[in-house]
Amino acid sequence: MSVTPTTVDPYDITVRSNGLRRRRLSEKVFGILAFLSALLACGILAVVLSTLIYKGFSQLSLDFFTKARPLYGEKGGIADALVGTALIVGMAMVMAIPVAVLVAIYMAEYAGPRVSRGLRIVLDVLNGVPAIVVGVFVFGLLVVGHGQSAVYGAFALAILMLPMVSRATQEILEVVPQSLRHASLALGVTKWRTTWNIILPAAIGGILTGVVIAVARVAGETAPLLFTSSIAANEISLDVHGALPTLPVSIYVNSESPDPSEQAAGWAAALVLIAFVLVMNILAKTFAGRKRRQLEGS
Amino acid sequence: MTSTTYPPAAAPESDLRRRGLRLGDIFFKGIAIAAAAAATALLVLIAYKVLRLAWPAIQEFGLSFVWTNAWDPVKEQFGALIFIYGTVVTSLIALAIATPLSIAIALFLTEIAPRKVAAPIATMVELLAAIPSVVLGLWGILVFGPWVRDHLEPWLKDVLGFLPVFSGAPSQAGILPAALVLTIMIIPITSAICRELFIRVPKDLTDGALALGSTRWESIRGVMLAYAAPGIVAAVLLGLGRAFGEAIAVNQTIGNHNAIPTSWFEPGDSLGSKIASEYVGATSLQQASSILYLAAILMVISLVTNVVAQLVVVRFERARRGV
Repeated sequence: MSVTPTTVDPYDITVRSNGLRRRRLSEKVFGILAFLSALLACGILAVVLSTLIYKGFSQLSLDFFTKARPLYGEKGGIADALVGTALIVGMAMVMAIPVAVLVAIYMAEYAGPRVSRGLRIVLDVLNGVPAIVVGVFVFGLLVVGHGQSAVYGAFALAILMLPMVSRATQEILEVVPQSLRHASLALGVTKWRTTWNIILPAAIGGILTGVVIAVARVAGETAPLLFTSSIAANEISLDVHGALPTLPVSIYVNSESPDPSEQAAGWAAALVLIAFVLVMNILAKTFAGRKRRQLEGS
Repeated sequence: MTSTTYPPAAAPESDLRRRGLRLGDIFFKGIAIAAAAAATALLVLIAYKVLRLAWPAIQEFGLSFVWTNAWDPVKEQFGALIFIYGTVVTSLIALAIATPLSIAIALFLTEIAPRKVAAPIATMVELLAAIPSVVLGLWGILVFGPWVRDHLEPWLKDVLGFLPVFSGAPSQAGILPAALVLTIMIIPITSAICRELFIRVPKDLTDGALALGSTRWESIRGVMLAYAAPGIVAAVLLGLGRAFGEAIAVNQTIGNHNAIPTSWFEPGDSLGSKIASEYVGATSLQQASSILYLAAILMVISLVTNVVAQLVVVRFERARRGV
C-alpha cells in the first residue's frame, strides 16, 4: 500500500535510471492493456449490433410489423408479440411505479438514516433475485391453479422494476436541494404537500430516467415470462387474462429452432427489440445528465 | 400561540383546516410506510414461497439431492449436482476473465483516457449491459458458438490441450461458450461499479504517491487499488450474483446436457438454464417439484451472494466515512 522508503542516494543517477526504465515500461504495458480491454468491450458491442443488423434488417417489412406469427410455411410477422409486450410492460409499469416512488419517498423524506439504509439493502437484494426465480415465484403464487396470464407476467416484471425505479427515485430525491424543502415548510405548507408539489416536480426528470431504464431492461426479460405468459396462440390478442405472446419469448423460441427461416425471424425480432432498448437507454442518458446538472446547479 | 394573531371567529375553521391538513400528512406518510413495508414483505414472501414450493421435493429427495449426480426422469433419480457444477463453473470462468478486464476498463476510463474519449466509451460499455440476455443468447448460439467451435477451441486445444478441461471435440454449445457469454454480460456491471469507486478515490492519495516519485501505474496499483479493494470485491460479488442467476443466455449456449462434462468444450447445464427449459412441462406442482427444488437452491445461492456483497459495501462505506 505504501511506497517503500528508498535507501538509495536520490542523486545517484545511474541507479535510478536503471529502475526507471523498467518502471516506465510497466507503465506503458499497463496503459496499452487497459486501452485494449476498453477496445474489446466496444468491439463486442459493435460485433453484436452489426450481426443483428446484417441478419435481421433484410427481414423487416411492413408485413413484419402488422402480421402475427406464421403458422406453417406462410410468411408472418411479430405484431402479436409487439402487442403482447406493450400490454404486459404497460401493466407492469402501472403496478410498479406508484409503489416504487412511494418507497423512495419514504426512504428520502421520512425514514431515518438507519431505516433508509436497511431499505436500500432490501431493494438491492430484491434487485439481485434472479429473474427466473421471480418467474417461478409468480408461477407458484398465481399461475398454479389459474393458468398463465398476461397479468401474472406483468406482475413478475413489476417485481423486477420495483427496486430499479425505487433506487433511481431515491437517489434523485436526495439531490433535490434542502433549501426547497425548508422554504416550502417555512411558508406553512404541510410536509406531504411539499413532497407532492415541490419535491416530486423538481425530481421528475430523474424519476422518468429511472423508469425509462427499467422499462428498457424489463421489456427484454424472458425468464419471468416463461412460467407466466409463454404458451399463447399465434394471433393478435388484447385479452390480458390469457397468456400473450411477447417479443423476448418469441426470440427465445426462434433461437432454439433448427429452421433457418425461424432463426431469421428471431434475428429480425431481436433487431427490433434491441433498437427499442438502445434508443430508450440513450434517451434516458442524455436526459438524465441535463436534469441532474440543472438540479445540482440550482 | 396562534390564538393571539388570529381573530377568534376564524379559529374553528382554521383549526379544522389545520387538522385536515395534518390528516393528509398522516395519510401520506402512512401509504409511504405501507409501500416500504410491502417491498420488504415481497422479498420475504419470495424467499418463503419458493422454499415452500420446493418443500415437497425437499422432503422427498432430502438434502442429498444437492450432491446427487443424476437427472433421470425415467428412473426417477434426481439430483442438482450437474446443474450446480454448470452454474458455478461457468460463473467462475466468467468472473476470472471479467474481473481483470473490468478493472482495466474502469482504470482506462478514469485515469488514462482524456474525457472526450472516455465519455463515448463509457456509454458503449453501458449499452453492452443493456443488451437483453435473450438477444445475446441468440447471437451466442448462432454466431459466437460456431466461432468458438471453429477457432477458439481448436487453438485452446493446441496450446493447453494437456489439461483435461481443454480436451475433446470442439462444440458450438458447451460450458466454454456459455461462460464467455456470461463474461460479456458481467463486464459492464463490474466495470461500471469499479469506475464509480475509482472516481471517488481521494485525489490527495494518488497525488501523494506521485509526489513521492512513483509512476502513474505504481500509484494506481499501490494506492488506488488498495483503497478501492473492498469495493472491488463487492463489485465482483454483484457480477457473480448476476452470472449465477442468468438463465436464458446460458440456456441458449450451454447445450442442455444432463451430465457433468469432463471437458469445458462439452455441453452441460446450469440451475437457471434447467429451470428455464422445463417451462412447457410445468403445468402442475407435482411435475415441477424437482425443478422447484433447483429454483430454491438457485435462490439461496444468489441471496447469499448478494447479501454478502451488500455487507461488504456497507462495511466499506462505514470505514470510508471514518477516514
